[in-house]
Amino acid sequence: MSQYEIKEHDVLVIGAGGAGLRAAIEASSLGVNVGLVCKSLLGKAHTVMAEGGVAAALANVDAQDGWQTHFRDTMNGGKMLNNWRMAQLHAQEAPERVKELERWGAVFDRTKDGKILQRAFGGHTWKRLCHVGDRTGLEMIRTLQDRGVHQGIEVYMECTITKLFKDGDRICGAFGYYREDGRYILFKAKAIVLATGGVGKSFTVTSNSWEYTGDGHALAYDTGADLIDMEFVQFHPTGMVWPPGVRGILVTEGVRGEGGILRNSLGERFMFKYLPEATKNDYAANEEEAIKWTNAAVAGEKTDARRPPELSTRDNVARAIYTEVKEGRGSPHGGVFLDISYQDSERVKKKLPSMYHQFKDLADVDITAGPMEVGPTMHYIMGGVRVEADTCMTRVPGLFAAGECSGGMHGANRLGGNSLSDLIVFGQRAGAGAASYVKNLTGHPEIDKGQIEEAIEEMEAPFKRSEGVNPYDVAKELNKVMSTYVGIFREEGDLKTGVAKLEELKEMAKKAKATGSKSYNPGWHLCRDLHNMMICSEAIARSALSRKESRGAHSRLDYPNTEAEWSTCNTAVERSEGGMKLEHTPLPEMPSELKELFKKKEPSHA
Amino acid sequence: MPEASTRTATLKVYRGDREKGEFKTYKVPVEAGMVVLDAIHYIQQNFDPELAVRWNCKAAKCGSCSGEVNGMPSLMCKTRMDKFRPDEEIMVQPIKTFPIIKDLVTDVSWNYEVNKRITPFTPAEDANWTFYQEDIDRVQEFRKCIECFLCQNVCHVLRDHDRKDTFMGPRFMVRTAGLEMHPLDEADRLKFLKEEGHIGYCNITKCCTEVCPEDIHITDNAIIPLKERVVDEFYDPIGKFIRGVLGVDKKKAKK
Amino acid sequence: MTQSKLTEKVPTSNSEPAYSGATARTDNWWVEPLLVAIVFTAFGIYATYRAFENQYYEFGPYLSPFYSPNMKEFFPDLPFSAALLILPFPLAFRATCYYYRKAYYRSYFAHPPGCAVTWFKRKGYTGEFDFPFNLQNLHRYAFYFAVPIVLILWYDALKTLWYDGGLHLSVLTLVMLANCALLSGYTFGCHACRHLVGGHLDSFSCPENKHSYKKWQRVTALNEKHQEWAWTSLISVAITDIYIRMACTNPSLAFQLF
Repeated sequence: MSQYEIKEHDVLVIGAGGAGLRAAIEASSLGVNVGLVCKSLLGKAHTVMAEGGVAAALANVDAQDGWQTHFRDTMNGGKMLNNWRMAQLHAQEAPERVKELERWGAVFDRTKDGKILQRAFGGHTWKRLCHVGDRTGLEMIRTLQDRGVHQGIEVYMECTITKLFKDGDRICGAFGYYREDGRYILFKAKAIVLATGGVGKSFTVTSNSWEYTGDGHALAYDTGADLIDMEFVQFHPTGMVWPPGVRGILVTEGVRGEGGILRNSLGERFMFKYLPEATKNDYAANEEEAIKWTNAAVAGEKTDARRPPELSTRDNVARAIYTEVKEGRGSPHGGVFLDISYQDSERVKKKLPSMYHQFKDLADVDITAGPMEVGPTMHYIMGGVRVEADTCMTRVPGLFAAGECSGGMHGANRLGGNSLSDLIVFGQRAGAGAASYVKNLTGHPEIDKGQIEEAIEEMEAPFKRSEGVNPYDVAKELNKVMSTYVGIFREEGDLKTGVAKLEELKEMAKKAKATGSKSYNPGWHLCRDLHNMMICSEAIARSALSRKESRGAHSRLDYPNTEAEWSTCNTAVERSEGGMKLEHTPLPEMPSELKELFKKKEPSHA
Repeated sequence: MPEASTRTATLKVYRGDREKGEFKTYKVPVEAGMVVLDAIHYIQQNFDPELAVRWNCKAAKCGSCSGEVNGMPSLMCKTRMDKFRPDEEIMVQPIKTFPIIKDLVTDVSWNYEVNKRITPFTPAEDANWTFYQEDIDRVQEFRKCIECFLCQNVCHVLRDHDRKDTFMGPRFMVRTAGLEMHPLDEADRLKFLKEEGHIGYCNITKCCTEVCPEDIHITDNAIIPLKERVVDEFYDPIGKFIRGVLGVDKKKAKK
Repeated sequence: MTQSKLTEKVPTSNSEPAYSGATARTDNWWVEPLLVAIVFTAFGIYATYRAFENQYYEFGPYLSPFYSPNMKEFFPDLPFSAALLILPFPLAFRATCYYYRKAYYRSYFAHPPGCAVTWFKRKGYTGEFDFPFNLQNLHRYAFYFAVPIVLILWYDALKTLWYDGGLHLSVLTLVMLANCALLSGYTFGCHACRHLVGGHLDSFSCPENKHSYKKWQRVTALNEKHQEWAWTSLISVAITDIYIRMACTNPSLAFQLF
């Protein structure tokens, strides 16, 4: 039997993006011993891709802002399906977490009076996104990384976790391998924080990197936790559509925040047509008003003009673009035009430097001279591991989750900028939760030897298959199934076909074969990742099939309306003997003082 | 737009580890807008799932896919295939300065160890957190760094003369510059720069700046200003004396 | 020399089989350093020749930059060329200049000859840390001497506008003025100057530093093109001197406009 290395930590954090790093820093500062595992090198996690900003009601630019408005915006954006307590904690604590980043060395763009500058974003009533040009995520991860390494956290780079262990019902450790040479490693840990991000690699067109194979979702599911809201997959409205090699790469919402205009091939500013009745009054009524707002925003002045329609929520803009293209009004490469070139080119380069370079280098397009072509790209999953809001603990004692892999915070649709704040608010809470769990733990959970051997066998199996399939072929097929049958617009027949095809693929994935040595072998790694991708894909498809309404990011052609009776339940899946078990569980009810916030209809611009 | 091109490109890719290996030749169809990393992925998916390459974002934001393409250190996700002549063989190597693990993947962990040696951000207890854009323009340039380590790779002090024992390299001078020039930082890293990071080894030949995918003016804006600060402290006793007499002390200027 | 190591483990660079030869670069990387070497050498030979020539440097109000200020006025009995007293200062300024260092380390020392090109592997390489290269740290002193020289050259050029009680203008005067402008752009865009006027500060916004910030911005604007200033001013000095040398034997070449 293969050998493995053994490491022991009080708290093991899996994933070193914003949430994982923040959790590790918190736990370690509370005096417990922390290990941090990441699939890539430290500092390369998907957080670096976040561009637009981190939402926090600091009220530096728009003094009227406060946590209540942020809370309300988040709930409205999530179509009231959010876990209210998470949304509340998030809105209340984000400002403190952002200021803390600054005290740890983050250098945000400044207002004229020397405070953190904030920009407008879709679905946010006020200018709320603290940012650093269009590389806010990089700033955040570097700040946390540098804070973390000086705090004595032990980091395991390029290490993938494949299994979590329980002693009875409590977490006791994890098993994984180093990508470098394929040697195995066993972690003994009293608590584990999952912060592994999302599931984008199940789709063809995605802004997500190879790491996003839903590891945390699957690890939690396999260990007995439940996943909620998995039908809510956010398609970011603006991804690059051309050239083919970069299809799906994100074009930050910051472009629209800075005044970017969406037009179809006829030159129409089509977003005016797609504003939902309920929120129509919050947006400009015509181009003139939209231009007035933009001019004021560029000049840093106050205005009574309302926001341009491009700043509608992401689900809405994505559907609008999809519809325009489908109805034949798309751009040459199957997107629509996003234009910021009417603004001063130096300003564009200063405010959106990475976008400028991204288009210049990868697509030969100068965004200061002409429009970009953009289209929807799979970007984020709102669903994830169900956690208790205050501590981020799942229903498995000792297992915590934070960031994208946890569910509940964003409901049916996430607002731009709420992800980075989610990472630091719940990263901190998960770290604190795990540390306090460890301190109160009695007894020493032990790992069962048999389970370790099972985990090793599972990893060895792909090499032992003489007959087998290329894992890349399976992944490609999975992408096709998810994009075709479980995409932006869904309907019963498609979803059923999708579920059936996933069943076939599951069998195929079990035959995925690896060749060669264990040293840095991406084919072998994919064999294992497929397992996780399958669980997430199935959860998405089954959840989508079960929710017979349209809400937020979940759009059913056969059930186009949002139904009141569906507003009180989450879709939850869990592992059972007979496969994936799905049920609808009641949504936690908001206390009345918070409900009050939704009653008075304030004019959104005083 | 030239979308329908169906030419094939010839890639020579290093396959092997630090001791043993060879260049293998692959033919890859070229699509419009394709980059070298796309070609590597094509090889992985169609010919050789074992081919090791490190990558994440494929959008020049994470700095994982550093390699050397026809001898030039570059991010593979940013090196377009159409910059090569149709008949040109494209040679893809792992970066030279750090030990090869396998194929195009190298062990860059040394960099993370060096990073730990730098005194972290140290604001005053009672710092007033009001500061202005003009205070941080310089620092923000340095913080664009995506840690691709191409500057470390190309720097001849590390690459040719192998001074990884005592030279921190451009990346960490950039980080140090970002800390030293932060308006609220109070720590002093000049002695470390001179005596442990050995900023003096740098002979400012600017290759780091030439290869930086983030277009950071590493030499002019980070290294040279730091060298001048080191001069203030260690090589200019007359200037130091005069500043002492006039009472222009650096820490006071920090406010 | 024993030095404490930066890190516990010290990796070494790769060599065979992944790397062989000096470089895998296929472009003409050697053109630039070669051109630089040719121009430097040519300038060096010419300047040395002129420094020792000790004649054809002055006529009427015109004085060659190689011989300015005119030492013969202060030391009429100087037994050797006056240029030898002057040229060391601009030479020191350019030799320690952060741009020229890059250029000659590449072209003459081949450390490195080009990016990702390996000609030398030196154990114990210390760059500018040890003697004599640590003298480069005194660049700011060379700058202190370069400033009055530029001012004197301005004086030399301007004085050719007004002599014999009248206003005059010649093509040669225009060349001298252009030379002064280029030399000023080079001298006041110097990295040491950038540091001294404000680069040493950490906060630009506090009231007492506002003035320094303005100056720093101006120097920075020049500094961004330091390489271009370095080359154009080097060539303009040579041209000015050649022109004066020719005009010394044939004053009509000055092309007096009025």
